[in-house]
Amino acid sequence: MQSRNGRSPVGGGAAEDLPEHPAPRDPVPPDGGQGPAAGYDDPWYDALAAGWAEADGAGLAARAVPAPRRERERGVAEVYLEVRSSAAFQEVRRRYRRFVIPGALVFLTWYVGYVVAATSAPGLMARPVAGAVNVAMLAGLGQFLSTFLLTWAYTRHARLRRDRAALDLRWSTQELTRSSGGGQR
Amino acid sequence: MNGHHQALALALFSAFVAVTLAITTWVSRKRHGSAEEFYAGGRLFSPMENGFALSGDYLSAASFLGVTGLIALFGYDGLLYVVGFLVAWLVVLFFVAELVRNCGRFTLADVVAARMRERPVRIAAGTSSVTVSVLYLVAQMVGAGSLVALLLGGTGEAARSWTVIGVGALMVVYVSFGGMRATTWIQIVKSVLMLGGTVVLTVLVLVRFHGNVDDLLRTATDRSGHGKAFLAPGLKYGGGWTARADFVSLGLALVLGTAGLPHILSRFFTVPTARAARRSVVWSVGLIGGFYLMTIVLGFGAAALVGPEALKKSDASGNTAVPLLALDLGGGADTTGGTVLFAVVAAVAFATILAVVAGITLASSASVAHDLYAALRRPGGRQRGEVGVARVAAVGIGVVAIALGLLARDLNVAFLVGLAFAVAASANLPVLMYTLFWRGFTTRGAVWAVYGGLVPAVLLVVLSPVVSGSPDSLFPGVDLQYFPLRNPGIVSIPLGFLAGWLGTVTSAEPPDEAKHAETEVRSLTGAGAV
Repeated sequence: MQSRNGRSPVGGGAAEDLPEHPAPRDPVPPDGGQGPAAGYDDPWYDALAAGWAEADGAGLAARAVPAPRRERERGVAEVYLEVRSSAAFQEVRRRYRRFVIPGALVFLTWYVGYVVAATSAPGLMARPVAGAVNVAMLAGLGQFLSTFLLTWAYTRHARLRRDRAALDLRWSTQELTRSSGGGQR
Repeated sequence: MNGHHQALALALFSAFVAVTLAITTWVSRKRHGSAEEFYAGGRLFSPMENGFALSGDYLSAASFLGVTGLIALFGYDGLLYVVGFLVAWLVVLFFVAELVRNCGRFTLADVVAARMRERPVRIAAGTSSVTVSVLYLVAQMVGAGSLVALLLGGTGEAARSWTVIGVGALMVVYVSFGGMRATTWIQIVKSVLMLGGTVVLTVLVLVRFHGNVDDLLRTATDRSGHGKAFLAPGLKYGGGWTARADFVSLGLALVLGTAGLPHILSRFFTVPTARAARRSVVWSVGLIGGFYLMTIVLGFGAAALVGPEALKKSDASGNTAVPLLALDLGGGADTTGGTVLFAVVAAVAFATILAVVAGITLASSASVAHDLYAALRRPGGRQRGEVGVARVAAVGIGVVAIALGLLARDLNVAFLVGLAFAVAASANLPVLMYTLFWRGFTTRGAVWAVYGGLVPAVLLVVLSPVVSGSPDSLFPGVDLQYFPLRNPGIVSIPLGFLAGWLGTVTSAEPPDEAKHAETEVRSLTGAGAV
């Protein structure tokens, strides 16, 4: 497929050097008419403008692809299948999964372990540590701490490793669906 | 309780009602009646606003009254609730918030229906969402009832019933006239009030113990009558294997249920993008975590300062611990300080109940109108009609919740919320996870996943000691008890996942590869998101 060949390396490249990109809030002149659904106070809006103006080619390559002249529904379905198999999307998905799957395993194991320990090993949990504070208290506060830490880590990971690439894909995909059949909604 | 308490608390509460009604009027002034406006408030809230609203929606009477009561009466076992309520937000943050925002419009069913045949999955997901909402509503109504009983002292029953009815009527007004925009602002106001009130009480407790947490814990332990066991797990959920299994069941339900609560899911559609949805979850994790840490102090504070006998005398399941603690912190029942603080806390608790009730009613009326009605009506209806249906549905749900609330008034509020979480985790979470992450998932699998979780969860509750067969059941006279656990999660959550898998592997229709690609791409990139 022409469009896949055209987009994959570029999109993948954009994903690779993502951490070096400036913060998405840079004051770049907005590229009029490119924000379809989003409002102007939308945090994505600035990011969109920056992405287009940086001319790393992701969006432009997508735009340059000739519109498939097919029946509308079919065209849109093709676009999504194609985007899913693109290297850029696979990279975004891989990064998402690489974080959330181990992360979820960690917090679920830690939580289930905590609950099971509380019900089956009350002796261990009741062991005093300092003053009135015992193991159970520390474990409970540890759950609070780990929740706060994982929340921070997730948002940081998403912001630095996923947002930019996902945004590029969003606009190029929307561009493709629009040209292939009048767009979505 | 004397007349001063009542008058002051009623005045403060009336002020809250007046403010929220003013918000509702002001907001509905410029409403244009679209579904976008009614269900999602125009999708233009900021992450901070939505974060406050999320925590407002989530921190219900169960947290403010129920959990503190459980900590005050059972010590550490109450704290286990708090941990589950908080850790649940990681599931929401990792798997739900962004993805659902990207590929849904108003409800859970939208996400599923995008991949499947629309009609059956809308009916299934709509039914389960309404069921969860009604259970959750009942818990709030019970909270309102016990609060009033405390406030009005022995004058009891009639006043209690009228309060439940009044709360129900107010929530219908908010939702029908204000839609999501008014509901969100009410949540924000309530959230600020409740967090403010909690901070004040926490500071007062800590001041009373000169900032010495160890001293607070020791006093609570001594006064509880349980000795060292008060600070270790096992007082409520120790003993036989059923009690322990019950607790593990509750723990699973709490952690997995939040991500399936309809009124939490619908909040993610009030912000413009997935990134904003993520940031609103971060706000709410911070606010909710901070609130629960303070709740622990308040619970032990109530045990130390008020004492279990007084708590139990006022409300057998501990729902009135915080107001009683406030009375004590202010200087006691006959002082101005005590009266004022008590009235403030009672008013905040009322506001909490009212706001949460409005949020849930909105979400469930959306399920009725957008999912059930839309799937069952004849083709050719207009969108205008759908919002009208949602307004009528709000009234109907209000009536059901009032009736059940009057029936269930002697149960602990936090416990009732645990049931709602179990049903949400069994019926809503499996279908959502499969839809977002399983390539081969089919329509039959989706329908089976919903009913395969919903039916066992509800059935097991009906057959559990909650409903019959023990002295504190809803119907103590009847004996239908065949299931030993009070919370069905440990059985019904795996059943939901199992049914979804079974339905998928037995279905004749192959999974729609293109639709799955669409869901996957849209959920991770936001392409085509509304």
